[in-house]
Amino acid sequence: MSVLQLGAGDDVRDAPVARANPVAKLAVALLISVMLLLTVDVVTAGTALLLELAVLPWCGLSLRGLLRRGWVVLAGAIPAGLVTTWLGLDSGAVLVAVGPVTITEGSLLAGCAITLRILSVGLPGVVLLATTDPTDLADALAQVARLPHRFVLAALAAMRLFALIGSEWESLGVARRARGLGDDGALGRARTAVGQVLALLVLVIRRGTRLSMAMEARGFGLAGPRTWARQSRLRWSDAVVVAGGIVIVTVATAAGVLAGTWHLALA
Amino acid sequence: MPSPGTAVLAAPGVRLTARGWGWRHSGRKAWALRGVDLDIAPGERVLLLGPSGAGKSTLLAAAAGLLDAGAGESVGQLCLDGLDARLARLAGTGPGESRTGLLLQDPDAQTVLARCGDDVAFGLENHALPAELIWPRVDAALRAVGFPYDRAHSTATLSGGERQRLALAGVVAMRPGLLMLDEPTAMIDPDGARMLVRSVERVLTRQATAAAATLIVVEHRVEQWLGLVTRIVVLEPGGGVLADGPVLEVLADQGPELFRHGVWVPPRFRPAAPVRRVPAPATATATATAPVEGAVLLHARGLAVRRGRRPPVLSDVDLEVRAGQALFLTGPNGAGKSTLALALAGLTAPAAGEVVAEAMLAGGAGPHPVTWRARELVTRIGMVFQEPQHQFVAATVEAELAVGPNRAGMDPADTAARTTAVLVRLRLDRLAQANPFTLSGGEQRRLSVATALVTRPTLLVLDEPTFGQDSRTWAELVDLLRELLDAGTALVCATHDRELVDVFVAEGRARELRVAGGTVQPVGAPSAPAVTR
Repeated sequence: MSVLQLGAGDDVRDAPVARANPVAKLAVALLISVMLLLTVDVVTAGTALLLELAVLPWCGLSLRGLLRRGWVVLAGAIPAGLVTTWLGLDSGAVLVAVGPVTITEGSLLAGCAITLRILSVGLPGVVLLATTDPTDLADALAQVARLPHRFVLAALAAMRLFALIGSEWESLGVARRARGLGDDGALGRARTAVGQVLALLVLVIRRGTRLSMAMEARGFGLAGPRTWARQSRLRWSDAVVVAGGIVIVTVATAAGVLAGTWHLALA
Repeated sequence: MPSPGTAVLAAPGVRLTARGWGWRHSGRKAWALRGVDLDIAPGERVLLLGPSGAGKSTLLAAAAGLLDAGAGESVGQLCLDGLDARLARLAGTGPGESRTGLLLQDPDAQTVLARCGDDVAFGLENHALPAELIWPRVDAALRAVGFPYDRAHSTATLSGGERQRLALAGVVAMRPGLLMLDEPTAMIDPDGARMLVRSVERVLTRQATAAAATLIVVEHRVEQWLGLVTRIVVLEPGGGVLADGPVLEVLADQGPELFRHGVWVPPRFRPAAPVRRVPAPATATATATAPVEGAVLLHARGLAVRRGRRPPVLSDVDLEVRAGQALFLTGPNGAGKSTLALALAGLTAPAAGEVVAEAMLAGGAGPHPVTWRARELVTRIGMVFQEPQHQFVAATVEAELAVGPNRAGMDPADTAARTTAVLVRLRLDRLAQANPFTLSGGEQRRLSVATALVTRPTLLVLDEPTFGQDSRTWAELVDLLRELLDAGTALVCATHDRELVDVFVAEGRARELRVAGGTVQPVGAPSAPAVTR
């Protein structure tokens, strides 16, 4: 079930970035995403990725830990780059031409840029998820970023229900075999799977309704003020983390501009 | 004595008064409750009883201020300390305090946060207790309920019973003057239930010298609360208070009637036991070809079972399943009873060893049930799951029953005849067009059994079939299982229900295997140590 594992695990060490306030980490991840989404070029994205890998030791995550948790980003980035290489707008010298498919210098560069961009945007996200406890993230979002606490806490409680989904799904699958379903051809199996998803939804919604009643009974959603048992505050070290993020995007963008490859991709 | 700063349940007891009170859920024609007149004095401990559908939970939710005007329509008055219940929860209470506390039945739907301490703190934060007072109060509440873990312990790995005690800590931390428990043990095993009752007892006796908190418990299993409550109130479906008075008086007067309506009153207050049915000849529930009683239908050799890819929970299991006999799998939670049941039912593959079906059961489908096609399985081995909702796949009760026969390729006319017979036998005929998910707990249980029986399997495997059931559904299940045994069906049943096991063992057609410590041990066999109950 754990495609993108959330929360600190055994492979996360205590480190300055890991210890930072979740909102600071989130700010860095957002900053890098926005700045890299502005452009599709090899130099900017490549520089950002190199700098990110350079600061990885301070993030508490080893390269192996990064791969284990972030393989899904890699699995998306490489095919996206290949597709761009084959199908992207052709320009420059033709490198390969097989039938209607041509790979040119331009499309190859664009493909590399896409892959690097996805990786450099994804890496801070993986670090954020791997080094942040969901409860700490919710505390920080509500207390530091001042997001509405009802929304944040409801989302946090709902996330706990996701932990139950795996075993529910297993039970539903076994129960379907017991009812005689699911063993005739792809179509029959697909139909059974659709039914299973719907049944799962029904179960999850019912449980969610009961959870919200239990939360209400304990005063969730009251009009008055709310206090926080776990204080989430910004410290000077968080400013350093954000500054580090600013340095990464500034250096990467400057490198792209100086190399002449930086182009606003929004147009 | 706890210091005032960290005492739990230190608020004075709350007085509850109802005058002609009633509630109708929006979109319903019938009133859930009507004309309720009730006075509960501060510090009283009341057990609230009534058949299912009598509006007991509705009354508690209303007293907790959780029924808002949009959810339905109310008449009369429901007051706490003279204040309308909708406003009373907070009026005049200090920070971190709630006039009412409500514990609900589903353990999985009451844990809010990932760490135990955070979960208890949740209610205190919502009631704006200053941060520096929260942790001492959390620790006091965890101690008060006798919670075995510390604040930092993860809530993900708690058992159902532990979860309920954690939720109780979260409730009592808010120092409610009115503590309400809505079927708190219905979804946890007997050991967990005993511990929870003990926790409630601890909390109530640990109070400061100030006036004691008021307690209202709704529960179908009466016996476990008798030492704690002093008064019983019986509600009537769609009406008001049917009986009200001291515990023993009400039980003596109403016991038999309550039992018939599904309330688990202690045995001495039940009606005289009905005469055991004469074994009926093959009827709606009979198997197609009745095997010889006592013949081995299925056996396991060196079997190890596991869930998913986790390490095996049980290994070296050897057992036989015989026609016309029941095999009960008992033992503590998490010991692997359900996992073993699934493997015997041909639903999960063994981690080691094998489950072998004899020719009488296999009927030409190969020796290993797990390799059978699903449509072959349904006519040979039926499975009733602990959670009925897991096995529902159709939009109506009638269609639900037709699924198995259709999959097995039975003749449509035959399917219709069987469906009708099973509907009538299990008193579901009036609900034929209802959606399975909208049925009551007892109805869902009967339907889940019906879906397994309609294809007339030679072996029926049941996982906690009586779990959370009222006494009426329980008695019906016992009758039905007897009928199946009479007809030569073999039963395998994973259960915590001592009473159920005893009934069949006493009749001499059941064996009990205790599942514990990674393997199984026959109970009552010469080699096994004497079993104490």
